[in-house]
Amino acid sequence: MTRHPDRILLITLTSVLILLFGLALVRGETALPFLPALEDFLVGRDTVGAVILGQLRLPRALLAVMIGGSLGLSGAVLQGYLRNPLADPGLLGVSSGAALGAVLVFYTGLAGAFSFALPLGGLAGALLAVVLLLGLAGQGGVVSLLLAGTALTSFFAAMTALTLNLVPSPYASFEIMHWLMGSLADRTMLQVWLCLPGIFLGSLLMAMSGRVLDALTLGDEVAESLGFTLKGMWGAQNRIVLGSALAIGSGVAVAGAIGFIGLVVPHLLRPLTGHRPGRLLLPSFLGGAILLLLADICARFIPTHTELHVGVLTALTGAPLFFWRVSVLRKNGS
Amino acid sequence: MNTCPEILRADHATLLYGNSPVLRDVSLSVRTGEVFGLIGPNGAGKSSLLRVLAGLQAPDEGSVQMEGVNLAEKAALWRAHRIAFLPQEAETLPPMAVRELVSLGRIPFGKGQSDEDRLAVEEALQQTRTLEFAHRAVTALSGGERARVLLSRALAVRAPVLLADEPIAALDPAHALSVMNLFHDLSRKGVAVVVVLHDLALASRFCDRVGLLKDGKLVSMGAPADVLTDNMVSTVYGVTVQRVCNAVIPWDLI
Repeated sequence: MTRHPDRILLITLTSVLILLFGLALVRGETALPFLPALEDFLVGRDTVGAVILGQLRLPRALLAVMIGGSLGLSGAVLQGYLRNPLADPGLLGVSSGAALGAVLVFYTGLAGAFSFALPLGGLAGALLAVVLLLGLAGQGGVVSLLLAGTALTSFFAAMTALTLNLVPSPYASFEIMHWLMGSLADRTMLQVWLCLPGIFLGSLLMAMSGRVLDALTLGDEVAESLGFTLKGMWGAQNRIVLGSALAIGSGVAVAGAIGFIGLVVPHLLRPLTGHRPGRLLLPSFLGGAILLLLADICARFIPTHTELHVGVLTALTGAPLFFWRVSVLRKNGS
Repeated sequence: MNTCPEILRADHATLLYGNSPVLRDVSLSVRTGEVFGLIGPNGAGKSSLLRVLAGLQAPDEGSVQMEGVNLAEKAALWRAHRIAFLPQEAETLPPMAVRELVSLGRIPFGKGQSDEDRLAVEEALQQTRTLEFAHRAVTALSGGERARVLLSRALAVRAPVLLADEPIAALDPAHALSVMNLFHDLSRKGVAVVVVLHDLALASRFCDRVGLLKDGKLVSMGAPADVLTDNMVSTVYGVTVQRVCNAVIPWDLI
C-alpha cells in the first residue's frame, strides 16, 4: 500500500543511471576536454570533440539505456504474465527471429551494401516472428504462447545454424558469430532512430500492463473477475506479447543478442517492490538500463586486445548474481 | 420469506465441456440480502455454475442477468464492480504481504490510494480476522489462514454480489463458523452471497436457500429444510442419513 519504499528505490535507480550516463559520455578511449566538446556539440560546431561525443559516445549510451531498459521491462512483464520467475524475453522466439534476419543480411552480402541493411534485416526478422507468434498462440492461453515461442526459437536457431553452415567464406561466419554475441560498439544515431519507435511503442504497451499483472497474481479467473480481458484479439496477452516483441526485436536488430538482463534484473528487484508485479515494471526498466550501461562501460574500459562484447559481459556478470540469489534462497529455506 | 429484489439470475443456462454438458438448463435467481448455498456431490457442476454466474464463462445456451441486464453484453469492468469472485483453488502465490494482497481487490476502482480503498482493505482484514498478520508474507501462512486472506481480497471489492467457491474447505470449525457468520451478517447488510458448500449441517443452518445440483441439473431449490430431506440426500449423494443428537457439532464461537 505504502508508496514510500518505491520512491526511494526509484530515486536511487534514477540517480545511478544518470551518474553512469554521465560517466559514459565523459570518459572514453580518447581523452577529451568534456565541457568544450559538449558546448561544440550543442551549438552544432563540427569539432573532433563534438563528433566523438555526439556520434560515438552519445548513441552508444542512449542505446544502452533504451535496450537495457526494454530488456529489464520485458523480463518483468513476462515473468509477471507467465507467473514464472525464470521467464526471459528470449523465450518468445522474437530475439531468434531478429538474429536470423540479421544473419541472412550477412549471408546475402547486403550488409556491405548499405549501412543500415543489418538492423533493417533484424527488424524484418523480429516482425515476422511477432506475426507468427501471434498467429500461432492466437486466442490460446499461457501454454500455447510458451509452446509457440519455444517452437519459433528452435526453428529460427536451426535456420541460423543452417545459414552459418552454408556461408561461403569463413570470414563471414566469423563476422556473424561476433554479431550474435551482442555489442554496442560503433553504433550511430541512425541505429538509435531505427530502434526508437519499436522500443518506445513496445515499452509503452508493456508499461500499461501493470494493473493486469497485479491482478494475475491471483490467477486468470480472479483477474477476469477484476475486470480484465486476457484472451482474444485485444486481450492483455496479445498486448503484452506485442509490446515485448516490438521492444526486444528492435533491440536485437541493432545490438545483437544481449542475454541475462531480462532474466536477472526483475529477479533482483522483486523483493524490493513487495513482490507486486505492477510495481516492478519501472524499477526493472531503470535496472536493465543501469546494468547494460555498466556492462558497456566495462566493455570499453577493460583493457583487452579486442574490445569485449557487451553480451558476453552481461552473461558473465548475470550468472554470478544468480548464484548469489540461489545461495540466499538456500539460506532462507524457501 | 425474503422479499428483497432479485439481483442475479440464470435463465435456462446450459454449459458444454467439449460435447458433454456440465450444466443442463439451470434456472435460478439470487436475491439481495440472502445467503444462497450451492450444494451437490463432486462433479455436479457447482463450480461451473458459479463461474457462469460470475460472468467468467458465457453459457452455451440461456443467459445470466445481473440487475436485469444480460452479463454477456456488459464490459468486464462493469461486472467487476458488481460481482466479487473467490475461486476454489488458489494460485501459487508470491511472498507478497497480506495487506498488499488484499488490496488487489480494489483494482477495479483505480489506483487503490483513496480513503475508501484503505477503509475497504482494513475492514476486509478485520472481517476475516486476518488483521493481526496483515504485515506477514502470505506464503508464510497456514492453509487456513491463507484461505481467509483470499476471502478478504474478495470482500475488499465490496461488491453487492459475492460468489465464493468452497471458502471454508480448509478452515477449522471455529473459523468455518466465523466465516459463515460473516456471510450471514453481510447478507443482512444487503449483499447477495452465493457459496458452494460441502458441509450440509452448515448449509442448512446458515443458508437462507440452497440449490442442490446433480449431474449438471438443479434438482431442487428452496429453504434448506425443504431441500435437504432424507430422501433427497440419499438420492443425490448416495448415502443414508441419520439425524442424531449426540453428534459433535461445533455450534457457536466463544
